[in-house]
Amino acid sequence: MNIVNSMKLSFISKSANESFARSAVAAFLLPLDPTVAEIADVKTAVSEAVTNAIVHAYPDTFGTVYIEVKLTDTGRAVIRIRDKGVGIADIEQAMEPLYTTSTDERAGLGFAVMQSFMDKVTVRSAVGKGTTVTLEKNIIRAAYGSR
Amino acid sequence: MVDMTYHNGVVTARLGGEIDHHIAPAIRGEIDARCETYRPARLVLDFRRVGFMDSSGIGLVMGRYRMISLLGGRLEVVNIPPNLKKIFVLSGLENLGVIK
Repeated sequence: MNIVNSMKLSFISKSANESFARSAVAAFLLPLDPTVAEIADVKTAVSEAVTNAIVHAYPDTFGTVYIEVKLTDTGRAVIRIRDKGVGIADIEQAMEPLYTTSTDERAGLGFAVMQSFMDKVTVRSAVGKGTTVTLEKNIIRAAYGSR
Repeated sequence: MVDMTYHNGVVTARLGGEIDHHIAPAIRGEIDARCETYRPARLVLDFRRVGFMDSSGIGLVMGRYRMISLLGGRLEVVNIPPNLKKIFVLSGLENLGVIK
């Protein structure tokens, strides 16, 4: 499995950038010829991860959110969303459906959506250092390397 | 973003565009203000023109369910587009009996 294309972007943790982030990732995946449903799945999962970084990683301040996307010659998209925020003390608890620390009408479904809409979700976090969420999905019809 | 009408005890909120964490608070504010003014028997959330929604939209529906229940009314969610079905199913909102 070789990386055939990649991109990086970073932006300030302002909620106005949620739309930009999911649209940018979706646009980068277009050469894989994804279905409308696949694009919707990726946009939704990215929106959840980016919102988590904006709401939870940098609760009282603005920080930087980093996104890196790699496409493999087998048609797999690997999307890494990283912050240098407060970190998550108990990842298992944070990933439980309906668990939320927010008082702002959050449904507590962010990780459940990511897990349901993507093939694989990995979370690494260190308190005080930040969190990395890796989202992976196979978009198999058109392997990038064949184009 | 949201067009609101009131007729015969029913507030209808026609949502549009993309619903995420950035935009949800403004939509919530408009709907709640209208409901507090009219005290409707029914609040209808129409999703026909919503192109994208993440779990912030689910939070919006759950919050409006609580709000309208406290005002003594009931909630209806209508015209969920095919591309949003998946997140509505995942949310378990169907169990509230509000989806028509």
